Amino acid sequence: MPVRVEVDIANGLPGFTIVGLTDRAIQEARERVKPAIRNAGFDFPSRRVTVNLAPAEMPKEGTGFDLAIAIAVLRAADPSLLLDGIAFLGELALDASVRPITGVLPMARCLAGAGIGIRRLIVPVENAGEAALADGLQVLEAPSLSACVAYLRGERPLVSAVRDASPAPADLEPDLAAVRGQGQAKRALEIAAAGGHNLLMTGPPGAGKTMLARTVPSLLPDLRYDAALEVAAIYSLRGTLRERPPTTLRPPFRSPHHSISRAGLVGGGTGLAQPGEISLAHRGVLFLDELCEFSRQHLEALRQPLEERAVTVARARAAVTYPADFMLVGASNPCPCGHLGDARGCSCEPRQLVAYQGRLSGPIKDRIDLVTSVPRQEYREIFGDAVEERSTAVRARVEAARARQNARPGIANGALTGREILAAARSTAQARRLLALSGERLHLSARAFFRVLRVARTIADLAGDDRVGEDAVAEALHYRIETTG
Amino acid sequence: MSLAPRWIEPRSREWPERLDHLEQPPTGLWQLGSIGPTVPSVAIVGSRRATFGGMEIARSVGHDLGAAGVQVISGMALGIDAAAHVGALEAGGTTIAVLGCGIDVCYPARHADLRARIAASGAVITEEPAGTPPLKHNFPKRNRIIAALAHAVVVVEATERSGALSTARWAADLGREVLAVPGSIRARQSSGTNLLIRDGVRPFLSIADLFDAVEELRQAAPGGPATAASPGREGTLERFSPPLREILARMGTHPVHPDQVGIALGLSPSVVATRLGALELAGAVMSLPGGLVARTV
Repeated sequence: MPVRVEVDIANGLPGFTIVGLTDRAIQEARERVKPAIRNAGFDFPSRRVTVNLAPAEMPKEGTGFDLAIAIAVLRAADPSLLLDGIAFLGELALDASVRPITGVLPMARCLAGAGIGIRRLIVPVENAGEAALADGLQVLEAPSLSACVAYLRGERPLVSAVRDASPAPADLEPDLAAVRGQGQAKRALEIAAAGGHNLLMTGPPGAGKTMLARTVPSLLPDLRYDAALEVAAIYSLRGTLRERPPTTLRPPFRSPHHSISRAGLVGGGTGLAQPGEISLAHRGVLFLDELCEFSRQHLEALRQPLEERAVTVARARAAVTYPADFMLVGASNPCPCGHLGDARGCSCEPRQLVAYQGRLSGPIKDRIDLVTSVPRQEYREIFGDAVEERSTAVRARVEAARARQNARPGIANGALTGREILAAARSTAQARRLLALSGERLHLSARAFFRVLRVARTIADLAGDDRVGEDAVAEALHYRIETTG
Repeated sequence: MSLAPRWIEPRSREWPERLDHLEQPPTGLWQLGSIGPTVPSVAIVGSRRATFGGMEIARSVGHDLGAAGVQVISGMALGIDAAAHVGALEAGGTTIAVLGCGIDVCYPARHADLRARIAASGAVITEEPAGTPPLKHNFPKRNRIIAALAHAVVVVEATERSGALSTARWAADLGREVLAVPGSIRARQSSGTNLLIRDGVRPFLSIADLFDAVEELRQAAPGGPATAASPGREGTLERFSPPLREILARMGTHPVHPDQVGIALGLSPSVVATRLGALELAGAVMSLPGGLVARTV
């Protein structure tokens, strides 16, 4: 929400007050603004100065208001400054230069869309590239307070910002061809990518689960420009745009360690909540390695975002909603020792097994559409001369399947509700017979049934079929999550 | 079902005479339920830490015996023992559990429900005094009772150090027929049973082997047993379409990973997954935790 800076200069004891539910950083702005104004060669009014940040009921934080406060104070004494339709962002240094802040991109987009007649935005030089990504604003670079004032008096122009250029397509991401063998796991990844399904990989340590997970972004289609901006806005809030250039069209990949705090995972922190890893993975992949090692509370906290594709973090001062539309890729050992189903043999007690697999139950298991195993590779497969398919080939199929989905209700199969998938599946009579049989023989719950149908729909989309047939259902059944140990 | 455990002694009417074949028969037995008159019976024993495939074999052998009117005897332990009891109960047969602890102690605790069902169908018995905890050194002693009660012993899965091998030794000493289910030479869980076979024990390839070996069983079920437990006789595969048969023919009873099947047959992962899904639905294949699949027909 745009904030209006109001200044009143009154007679009385000289003083400088800032009001409007401000945090400590804004209170300290007084001690930055005053010297900056002086060091820029202007006079700070030696009267009673009151600054109000409106709307006053909304909590505000951060150093981004410095520049606007300084300009407002100067404008109160010098009516020759023309401020119509201009917004300011930036922190002031004591020598009156302007320093970069975090969250410029979302603020710029907000100002552009606020409909309050803002046409120009003055920002720190370092933030100009990201601010320029917001459409409908002229973005100007402010190296210092004096340059700003000169511009507002009409004496000297400011440099117009240019958009950060799209970086060359990154080939840093691992390619699917880098993983040898693992045919079944790769097929499951392709289906998951094509339908936006959440996926779980199980396998012994060192089998290549992490490597496979890292290839998932390379299978996903490029983000649309507006989606990329959405993602960049979240990174801007965290001040981490440097690790992810704002115009990158590749979907993000995040892999938090299981020792992460709950706030780090879903968002939080003091003051206004910061976006967490799940929001940084927005429109991309959230990879949780050693899924069973994440605490129950952590996994429980993922339930709302997985359902609503957004997360609301309530803190004392305000509740914030961040987007969190991610594809969950989990990896876990099949058992505590990690060797269940492996040539080395598992040394776990059955009791341990039940407890271990029980940790996954409930919130997460219900949201995982596909499960695949990642076995330890035989040496002859690792050193074999089989030609592995490259990510680009798989991505082409994924994109075709996504196009088929978009032609229907417009969301990925993985996000369809029970009723929606029943309508979208258009299953053949044979497929329906197979599904009925599976409900009976394999004791599928209603939820499990819909998961199978969603996956079958994606398999049919990959095959270019309008209707879900018998084969798609049979294959989907093979990837279903085991309901019993 | 009698709810209270009762004490029987060698002179009781209910005393199983076969226990007198032992050099040192128990001085008496606590029983929950009723042992009943002597009927043809087979002990199914094996490892606590069994593979899922092994448990499936124990269950189906128990089931076929129960259906044929043969009593199933085992030790109510985790793994093979429990699976054998469950199989017999599923077929509506009678089954007897011989414990190594007191009659009022439920070990393992999670088998409380199973214990009640066994007592209702047949009996839970022990020679240990009430309140005896499950002490390690009591289990070999318990095994001699299992061996003595049974007309034959089938060892499904056992490592070289498994207590199931002690049951097999007791049975051999008593002149009972012993059969062992062979396994892959690489499978640790079958190392004990494979050793038994090397040392001259008759391999158990299907339930027919058991009936061939033990005359009492043939008398109990003259028509011969149903053959659900028989591993893949080619005839039973006829009901599957050729593509599914192709997969089954490549799978032994030893669990394999779907990728191995795909590589062996030159099929794409999606085709293998499709066929395995169909086979699982037909009950011909089971998927095991850890991602392996095993054939069950």
